[in-house]
Amino acid sequence: MLKVIGGVKVFNKGTINEKVALRGVNLEMDKGEFITVIGSNGAGKSTLLNVIAGNLILDQGQVIVDDKDLTNKSDHQRANLISRVFQDPLQGTAASMTIAENLVLALKRGSRLGLGIGVKAARRKKFQEALSILNLGLEDRLDDKVGLLSGGQRQALTLIMATLQKPKVLLLDEHTAALDPKTAQNIIEITQKLVKRHELTTLMVTHDLDHAIELGTRTIMMNNGNIILDVKGEEREGMTIDDLLDKFTKVSGHRLTNDRILLAQ
Amino acid sequence: MNISVFLSSVEQGLVYAIMALGVYLTFRILDFPDLTVDGSFPLGAAVAAKLIYSGWNPVVAIILALLAGILAGTLTGILNTKLKITGLLSGILTMTALYSINLRIMGRANISLLGKNKIFNLLTSLGISEKASTFIFFFVVVLIVKLLIDWFLKTELGLALRATGDNKQMVRSLGVNTDLTVILGLGLSNGLVALAGALVAQHQGFTDVKMGIGMIIIGLASVIIGEAIVRNKTIKWATLGVVLGSVIYRLVITIALRMRLNPNDLKLITAILVIGALGAPAIKEQFSFKRLQGGAK
Repeated sequence: MLKVIGGVKVFNKGTINEKVALRGVNLEMDKGEFITVIGSNGAGKSTLLNVIAGNLILDQGQVIVDDKDLTNKSDHQRANLISRVFQDPLQGTAASMTIAENLVLALKRGSRLGLGIGVKAARRKKFQEALSILNLGLEDRLDDKVGLLSGGQRQALTLIMATLQKPKVLLLDEHTAALDPKTAQNIIEITQKLVKRHELTTLMVTHDLDHAIELGTRTIMMNNGNIILDVKGEEREGMTIDDLLDKFTKVSGHRLTNDRILLAQ
Repeated sequence: MNISVFLSSVEQGLVYAIMALGVYLTFRILDFPDLTVDGSFPLGAAVAAKLIYSGWNPVVAIILALLAGILAGTLTGILNTKLKITGLLSGILTMTALYSINLRIMGRANISLLGKNKIFNLLTSLGISEKASTFIFFFVVVLIVKLLIDWFLKTELGLALRATGDNKQMVRSLGVNTDLTVILGLGLSNGLVALAGALVAQHQGFTDVKMGIGMIIIGLASVIIGEAIVRNKTIKWATLGVVLGSVIYRLVITIALRMRLNPNDLKLITAILVIGALGAPAIKEQFSFKRLQGGAK
């Protein structure tokens, strides 16, 4: 499904601020897998997501989705295959437009836009259906401007937008980090519901170790531009946060405390 | 002010409203401060004047003027998106280049159209007086342009254009090539501006290469006055506001001139009006901040 082969990304190459963000990362994801990604600040998690989404282009290596080589395609050219939810709830929606208008653009993700009226009756019905699983009452507010919604509501809407046209790969970039704990929990539940319903292949970066082992089917840990830990299946089941941290110490040679990951935010 | 002076100001307001609607598209919808306007307005006037002067049909002349404007906007868009020149500078570059191009088109600094066949005389053949024909013509044209913009901004493509001005990263992640939407928006906007230029040239009966100076500020003033009187931010109300804003601006100017204001001061006054309107939120904020500080003592 998704392959990153020998991915290398260097920022500010040749200057005093040179920073190697990815050092030959290899990642292969099967269809339907739900991977959680953890690692401290600067480990390369966000860069990995950025090169998969096309916001950044790899210096070396390849990105392949469904046997299509996307390595040199820009973000909007990959949008038909990959959708993404950002950390900042304001980033995924257009505030001056209505909920329905935002959803029209999500519905047309990756396909040609025409001169037909965007918000059509049949589409409104589809939108209401899609929004109703949120239980936030947004289905009755299709014509409200998105700017009127709270951060949590906007992030929930962004999730619906990301999954309205089923993507090959869903990228979640610490999408609960900017929300208060209760709202964050709510968004996590919605995420689980949507991933299950649409059987999405998902890559989720998180700073929350509980989420990292509770959610999904596989967990990878990044450190210094490498994937240093990759657990799934039986090995992953029954794993506790302490087990995860111990494993990290063994592989990386230094300790990582739970707090450090949390505070790295 | 007698009724005929009043009507003629309203008429002028309607002609310039087409230009203001173009400015609304870039300034408010696309969030792009486009200075091409100062060049594309006389471009439209120059193309239309030259062709009509040479005996072309005014309708064809106006269509070609519109296309010339679209081309000018497209150029600014390409400078900005493909060559990565900032929006403000892209517009200034096109505007500057257009000054020479407009002179080339006209062959001299001004062209008089007195006694030439004009587009708004089309209705006179139906037995309507020239005055009424002109007024009806502009009213209908503005109405059509307004309704076309309302419709376009509700289409899928129009939604993508609006989203580009609101949140570029979001539309890109939804697969929209924002370079193209920016170019499209600038093209449409300057097409309208050039159309307005072509109509103004015929309305006032002459074209001058300097007639575009300060046009962007007049457009902005109309947009801002419109927002002040029509608070509803829905597209159809906002565009109506822009038209009303343009008419009110002309009425205010007419009144000012009749009160023996020096016409040379008009641009200064317009600029002050726009500065006041754009700066009001910042001034208000500072004022209330100081008051809060004072209150804490």
